[in-house]
Amino acid sequence: MSLSDDTRIQQDVRAWLEEHWDPDVSLIDWRNKLADSGWGVPHWPKQWFGREMPVSMMPIIDAEFERIGAVGVAKIGIRMLAAATLLDCANDNQKSRFLRRILTGEDTWCQLFSEPGSGSDLAGATTRADRDGDNWIINGQKVWTTSAHHAEWGLLLARTDWDVPKHQGLSFFVVDMRQDGIEVQPLKQMNGYASFNQVFFTDVPVASENLVSAVGDGWKVAMTTLAHERRTSDALRRWGKVSDRPGRIYDEERAEVATVMEPYKWYSQRAGRIDLIWPRMVETGRMNDPMVRQEVAKLLMLSYTAEWTAQRARAAQAHGRPQGPEGSLGKLASSHLARAAAKVHTLIGSADALLKGSDGATNGVIAEVLLSVPATSIAGGTDEIQRNIISERVLEMPKEPRMDGGAFRDVPKNPARKR
Amino acid sequence: MTEVRRLMTTKDGFDRDLWMQSCDDLGLAGLHVPEAYGGSGFGFVEVGIVAEEMGRSLLCSPYLGSSILATSVILHAGSEEQKRDLLPDLIAGKTVACLAFAEASGHWNSDGVELTASQFGKDVLLNGKKKFVLDGCAADVIIVVARRPGTDGREGIGLYITEGLSTGLGRRSLDTIDETRKLAELSFDGVRAQVLNDSESAVAAIGHALDDGAIALANEMIGGAQALLDSTVEYTKLRMQFGRVIGSFQAVKHKCAEILLDVELAKSAAYYAAEARAENHPDVSMLASLAKATAADAYMRTAIEAIQLHGGIGFTWDHDTHLWYKRAKSSEVLLDDPTYHRNRYMAFQEVLHELK
Repeated sequence: MSLSDDTRIQQDVRAWLEEHWDPDVSLIDWRNKLADSGWGVPHWPKQWFGREMPVSMMPIIDAEFERIGAVGVAKIGIRMLAAATLLDCANDNQKSRFLRRILTGEDTWCQLFSEPGSGSDLAGATTRADRDGDNWIINGQKVWTTSAHHAEWGLLLARTDWDVPKHQGLSFFVVDMRQDGIEVQPLKQMNGYASFNQVFFTDVPVASENLVSAVGDGWKVAMTTLAHERRTSDALRRWGKVSDRPGRIYDEERAEVATVMEPYKWYSQRAGRIDLIWPRMVETGRMNDPMVRQEVAKLLMLSYTAEWTAQRARAAQAHGRPQGPEGSLGKLASSHLARAAAKVHTLIGSADALLKGSDGATNGVIAEVLLSVPATSIAGGTDEIQRNIISERVLEMPKEPRMDGGAFRDVPKNPARKR
Repeated sequence: MTEVRRLMTTKDGFDRDLWMQSCDDLGLAGLHVPEAYGGSGFGFVEVGIVAEEMGRSLLCSPYLGSSILATSVILHAGSEEQKRDLLPDLIAGKTVACLAFAEASGHWNSDGVELTASQFGKDVLLNGKKKFVLDGCAADVIIVVARRPGTDGREGIGLYITEGLSTGLGRRSLDTIDETRKLAELSFDGVRAQVLNDSESAVAAIGHALDDGAIALANEMIGGAQALLDSTVEYTKLRMQFGRVIGSFQAVKHKCAEILLDVELAKSAAYYAAEARAENHPDVSMLASLAKATAADAYMRTAIEAIQLHGGIGFTWDHDTHLWYKRAKSSEVLLDDPTYHRNRYMAFQEVLHELK
């Protein structure tokens, strides 16, 4: 891409937006227009609402949207994981059924992967899909399902063959969440929020046309979803910001973002709220305590060096090295950072650290930090899994001998949970 | 490692001919010295790269003491004439210099300097003791931090030059844990000296030299830590117990993963500080302290776990791991320890946050 390409694309998108942008139409009408024009997702294929432009062009295009104040396609939430997965793995029939309504924001999606009996060992899923004529019948339980309570569609990983090794017996389905036999219950966490759900399946039929890729390819498809998960969580931060302009379309967008972001409202607390360390030190007068100073210095140094290490990894990627397991180092660093931050917040607060809500420091935010950081070392791959990835893929140390080879039917499993 | 083991039993702790040759061939000693004084005119990024390799191989050389600490203080404090007089021979490796700063208290802090520089006619006479002087016994040129009699704090602090063979100078090699890095105790009994800088700028120049030393040492430390991690991981892939290599146990793998994280974070700190120094970043002192503290803790933790993961053989003299362990320990406390540097870091942070 040369400079002239940049300029040409910038002129094209600007001209299109100036001709078509209208803040008084409905959000869905506008996004349908975006989908038809290819400017909503210009990095997607031409056949599917895009213009086959390199991802590197996106900042130029985003800037033009921002300049004129135009709203983009629906970008946040599990729907984008669904879009990426379908784009990579689905057939044309499925793409034409689902992609447009993802972009317009009409459909909300959820991801049905984790189970009570398979967390780190995702491929140990025991939710079953049994063939019945043209349908598959789903039975089992999923957990940690964000947005399940208002989702139209779910991405489901289920077992279709119990007589082959675990990774080979899984298949991937798109499930209509609004049907009998699916029960969604909120799951309350130790910090008091209920940001996730448990989903129970009892004899739920799924049509064969909703099988993504081939029977037995489920693990491969799920890996595609997970590969997009980190990128999406980066985008969450970017797209979670909404315009404060007045107008119907902005109101609709704000409502959409508020719904999607609701489960994530404690996520900055879970990272440790390093930004509150200085204000808290000043507020409490603990700044001159030599022990507090030592712990704060350790925390700040960890925070900066983790950021610089991520920068080094990005720089290496920019020089053509593929994104590797180094991401696990960053994940592990975040866990250490979150725990260290909770420790320092306690040190600064002393007995006040016990108090929450309006009794607590910073109107309860500090208490929320203390009750949220344990999630950091579990969610998105536990510290133990990250250490396995680092030792096996970076340090090339041998794998621990495994007990789960052979037919999945014979692999030792957790006892089924009673409801 | 045969060469390291040979050199660590010698008085100087390094090979003068080899040092002169590496100055000649590679321009090691003058890497960051401007070309006007015979150096290569590179920046601290290059110093960091060289220091990291030296740390990795546990090279025995006067690089940190002479080429960084002493050379930097001359660059920052000396007159044009003094630089032209002193630097070319140092860069050629013909002479070795040391910076005699810390005293019995074991801190590299101007406030704590007690050694005096008194005017005696046209001469300056030095009286007192210096301790923990890097390459103090081997040095031909000795740069001394001293104070004018009757002053305290940072007032009256100056830099003076004398020679290794001066009358009244007693030099004793200290018996240290880390035999690969020689430290000396120097006693000054009316030693005649020249002024390098006795103006108000002397304290700042000393500060710059210490920052340079901390940044170079941080980069040296990450090289050593990486070497230990490499040799430890390699060992765990070979050592068999219970019918499998110990590197297949998660108890061992997870420890190695944590060490890698520690080392990578420390590398980021050391590289960032070196780059900041190369670009004369205003926060370079704060970043030097961050790098020194982070690298020292990472190196020490790595060294402790390296011995642990080697098991019994790691505790033997014949095995090389203890040589890095000892270098880690000397690096941890030289130019002040991580606790000191974290405290110094916090003082800079307070200024940044406009709290002081």
